Amino acid sequence: MNLVLLVFSYLKARLLNTLLNILLLSLGIAVITVLLLFSNQLKEKISDNTKGIDLVVGAKGSPLQLILCNIFHIDFPTGNIKLNEAERLAKHRLVKSAIPLALGDSYQNFRIVGTNTAYADLYQAELASGVWWVSDLEVVVGAAAAEILKLKVGDTFESAHGLSKEGHAHAENPFVVRGVLKKLNSVIDNLILTNVSSIWKVHEEHDSINVEKVFSDTSILVPTIAAGDSTKEITSLLIKYRNPIAAIQLPRYINTQTNMQAASPAFEAARLFSILGVGVQALNGFAYVLIFISALSIFIALYNSLKERKYDLAIMRSMGASRTKLVVATQLEGITLTLFGSLIGMALGHGVLYLFTAFVAESQKTGISATIFYKEELFLFGGSLLLGIICSLIPSFQAYRTDIHKVLAGN
Amino acid sequence: MIKTTSLRYSYNFEKEISFKDLLIEKGEQFLLLGESGSGKTTLLHLLGGLLKSQRGNIEVGGTDIANLSESNLDRFRGKHYGFIFQRNHLIQALTVEKNLLMAPFLAGLDQDSARIDDVLEQLGIGEKKHSRIQDLSLGQAQRVAIARAVLNKPAIIIADEPTSALDDKNCDKVSDLLISVAQQNNATLIIATHDQRLRSKISNLIQL
Repeated sequence: MNLVLLVFSYLKARLLNTLLNILLLSLGIAVITVLLLFSNQLKEKISDNTKGIDLVVGAKGSPLQLILCNIFHIDFPTGNIKLNEAERLAKHRLVKSAIPLALGDSYQNFRIVGTNTAYADLYQAELASGVWWVSDLEVVVGAAAAEILKLKVGDTFESAHGLSKEGHAHAENPFVVRGVLKKLNSVIDNLILTNVSSIWKVHEEHDSINVEKVFSDTSILVPTIAAGDSTKEITSLLIKYRNPIAAIQLPRYINTQTNMQAASPAFEAARLFSILGVGVQALNGFAYVLIFISALSIFIALYNSLKERKYDLAIMRSMGASRTKLVVATQLEGITLTLFGSLIGMALGHGVLYLFTAFVAESQKTGISATIFYKEELFLFGGSLLLGIICSLIPSFQAYRTDIHKVLAGN
Repeated sequence: MIKTTSLRYSYNFEKEISFKDLLIEKGEQFLLLGESGSGKTTLLHLLGGLLKSQRGNIEVGGTDIANLSESNLDRFRGKHYGFIFQRNHLIQALTVEKNLLMAPFLAGLDQDSARIDDVLEQLGIGEKKHSRIQDLSLGQAQRVAIARAVLNKPAIIIADEPTSALDDKNCDKVSDLLISVAQQNNATLIIATHDQRLRSKISNLIQL
């Protein structure tokens, strides 16, 4: 016999009540765990995906849309910008590097991005198989896209206009897969990369004749065409600043002196997160209400059962149990409930997120994982144990006060 | 074994009960008789260390239990006393065996499963070892309570109306068992009761 065994026997004796209390607490803890995992990973993904990109320049419109479209690839382009204007900006003294993006086509909901290999370098992308594209209409496929689309080196496919499966198919210009990327857990996993001129080629009129030309002065953004081409367009430019002064001067210059707009990924991501934050806070509040109710329920259960057990307590005292032992036993009962509640809650939180990422295809694109553990969960665990102590404070005081004589003489 | 001198107790400092001096030797068996309200339970609880005495001394085996600190008194009770009450006060959440194991656990003694078998056998309820408390009859439950009281081989067994909830047949059986188990363990037995059925079994009387 020992105290733990005694406490478990008491909990088992009113199993339904015990399970209800554990369930109530674990639901609250599960909601908090899911939100914790979700928002932490979302923040990490956002900062991972915006790493190395100081400014996105595109057609005028919503700055948030510009960021969502060109960095996270979850929204439509704001429009196109002239290549020659983009080139001029790329040569600006405050710009260290500029990466062109040409969007507009997709294959089975996976976006085809016309860019150059500098874009892949931004995410430290490496090839899992095959080689980088050499000429037009050759693509390198991100790991998640390749897995879901079952694409491998040598396969061909036809792109569709827009971001949906139903878009107008470009049947006359099929793409060929030249390489597949390693999994990176970033947005590039879900992209199909090619060069900018492939995107142009797909959209060219059927009767246009493509003649290989040699230029004396080639575009710094798209080396296959001449500098200053006034007909070509791209979607956006990802810019890295040369120095901190650029952060002040460049956005203002672009927004006032050109037909383009500039948006900062860091700023727009923070704005996006503050919008999402309201929902996260509301859910968190709901979870804390659940936890408060479960704490109350545990307290009431302990308080009532201590009243029922006044003879047990008195007889245990008569058999030599000290006041301290009874207090410890009562505390142990509260802590056991919250311990199981928090452990089951955390397991539930991770489990729900795991099922969510396993069965909801859209969530796989976000790259959120259920098997990551944060140190905040330790705080959650510690807090739950503290909650158990608080819930059993008054009941254990009841146990402490047990007057053996009064209870045992009272029958 | 037990010696009291000028023992008095008052509730609310109004009515003071004074008890005559007692001298009980080791292994002796006493009946404590008296009307309701005569202070039977008070005296019994004072002797058992369940109630702190206000005036006078209670010497148990050479220790003045009136002067022990609360935690020392707890320990002293656990080691030297066995208690039986009118109701069995068994812990419903535990089996018979676990109820019995509580006695050595709380007293800080070794938990000996063979000793439990012996005592249950002695009391004729050996087969009930793994039963739940709610599955026992009243007489069986009281016998488990006796088993719990004698398990640690206490020097003193204190019983408060141990038979008054039982019918004649069970009363007879339970009191016989109690008396013989106390004898076998060479324990001093003090029974407070107004149950006349016990008078024929124990001749030493303390009349309040």
